[in-house]
Amino acid sequence: MVSIKNLHKKFGALVVLNGLDLEINQKGIIAILGPNGSGKTTLIKSLLGMVVPAKGDIEIAGEKVKDHWNYRKDIDYLPQIAHFPGNLKVNELIRMIKDLRGKDARDKELIEFFKLEPFLDKKLNNLSGGSKQKVNLVLCFMFDSPLIILDEPTSGLDPVSLLRLRDLIQQEKAKGKTILITSHIMSFVEEVADRIVFLLEGKIYFNGTVSELKTSTGQPDFEHAIANILTENNA
Amino acid sequence: MLKILKYSFFDLSRSLWSYVYFLFYLLLGIILLFLNNDLSNAVITLMNVIIILVPLIGTIFGVMYYYDSREFTELLLAQPIKRRTIFIGQYLGVAISLALSLILGLGIPFVAYGLFESAAIWNFFSLLVSGVFLTFIFTALAFNIALSHENKIKGFGLAILLWLFLAVVYDGIFLLILVYFQDYPLDKFALIASVLNPIDLSRILVLLKLDISALLGYTGAVFKLFFGTSQGVIISFGVLALWVVLPVYRIIRVSAKKDF
Ligand SMILES: Nc1ncnc2c1ncn2[C@@H]1O[C@H](COP(=O)(O)OP(=O)(O)OP(=O)(O)O)[C@@H](O)[C@H]1O
Ligand SMILES: [Mg+2]
Repeated sequence: MVSIKNLHKKFGALVVLNGLDLEINQKGIIAILGPNGSGKTTLIKSLLGMVVPAKGDIEIAGEKVKDHWNYRKDIDYLPQIAHFPGNLKVNELIRMIKDLRGKDARDKELIEFFKLEPFLDKKLNNLSGGSKQKVNLVLCFMFDSPLIILDEPTSGLDPVSLLRLRDLIQQEKAKGKTILITSHIMSFVEEVADRIVFLLEGKIYFNGTVSELKTSTGQPDFEHAIANILTENNA
Repeated sequence: MLKILKYSFFDLSRSLWSYVYFLFYLLLGIILLFLNNDLSNAVITLMNVIIILVPLIGTIFGVMYYYDSREFTELLLAQPIKRRTIFIGQYLGVAISLALSLILGLGIPFVAYGLFESAAIWNFFSLLVSGVFLTFIFTALAFNIALSHENKIKGFGLAILLWLFLAVVYDGIFLLILVYFQDYPLDKFALIASVLNPIDLSRILVLLKLDISALLGYTGAVFKLFFGTSQGVIISFGVLALWVVLPVYRIIRVSAKKDF
């Protein structure tokens, strides 16, 4: 599904990705973890062609990412920080993205699912952070693509919405999709992730299941296992 | 591409400034026609306004639109759309809508005044062609500057400086050189220097069409000789076209390598 070879990316003097290799061939939920600024978003944006890597190859579903764009029709992406044109109304934005994508969409179902009906006629500038994130989620999930990439989907959501999101992610997984996800909420990650990929110093530091992570660090508790990696590496 | 254009138009059609721009030309056209009571004279006054104002508006709208639509751009970048399509679509959206404001805003009063029965129609037409070229040129230059500068204030400042340079400072330097080296034959230099600056070039193309090249002083004869030939006209339009093509090419190049 996703194949990344020897990926390098710097911003000025700051080396963010430093020869990263990653193969993801399984279906299910893969959590990409790492401390703030470790390059998770940079890695994800490289997959989407939004960040242009200095070196390395990325292939998604057998198609090269560099200078290509059509592969993105099979990716649903949730950006970490939703930047929306502020003077648009919610329903205008949804209609616009549907029109641009030219694909069937289940927006109605998702609007109902996240209880967004009262906000449809509001301008995006006037929404609360959590409501914006829900719009972000609707835009992402409405196209039913085989690869879903979620950058901090939990941010800003209240507990009820968080549970809804978890259910939605599980439903998508049950459909046999591959879901890449980043999150700093460890309980959430532990609950949903089939595999953990841990980014550190521009490379994959750990790649395995939650229980493998626990055994390799000798920590019975997931959160402590992660903290253990970080303290050992002074990150 | 058409969809991006459509949404750029949609976006601009919600902006008050697009209408202000259109209404400004409409009023300008009406007032000049009433004051001058003569199409040819109105065209000359218009030229002086257009040659300075159109580049300024293209610059300001280009920079503002680029920065204001950054969110939209980010949204588009994650969709299955070519990068080139996104940026060129937005550029064309701004440039075409500005050009339409110019053409309609001036065209309506002039046509109502009886442009089609008048001998001034070709002068007016050459004025519009220059205006449209200047719109496309300066919007493209503005996009270039905005693409290379994340900082809005800096991008805006640089774009205005570029306009100031091409619209005012360039002529100042040009005149200084002419005065300082007046003992030397400067015809060729004057010709080349004017052809290289799109604002000067547009002004000359309109003036020559109006047949008042005498106003250009002693270099007038040389200019008339050059621009009077079809070769000269082709070179002039070639240079104007290059001023569009090169910045647009750079938009494609720079946007392809940019991180979002
Ligand atoms: N466009 C950019 N220009 C300059 N530096 C950037 C840019 N994008 C990211 N960076 C830097 O690259 C580093 C990695 O950023 P990135 O957003 O990938 O981290 P992250 O792992 O997603 O962090 P977080 O957990 O906070 O979301 C950071 O130090 C960031 O400041
Ligand atoms: Mg991030």
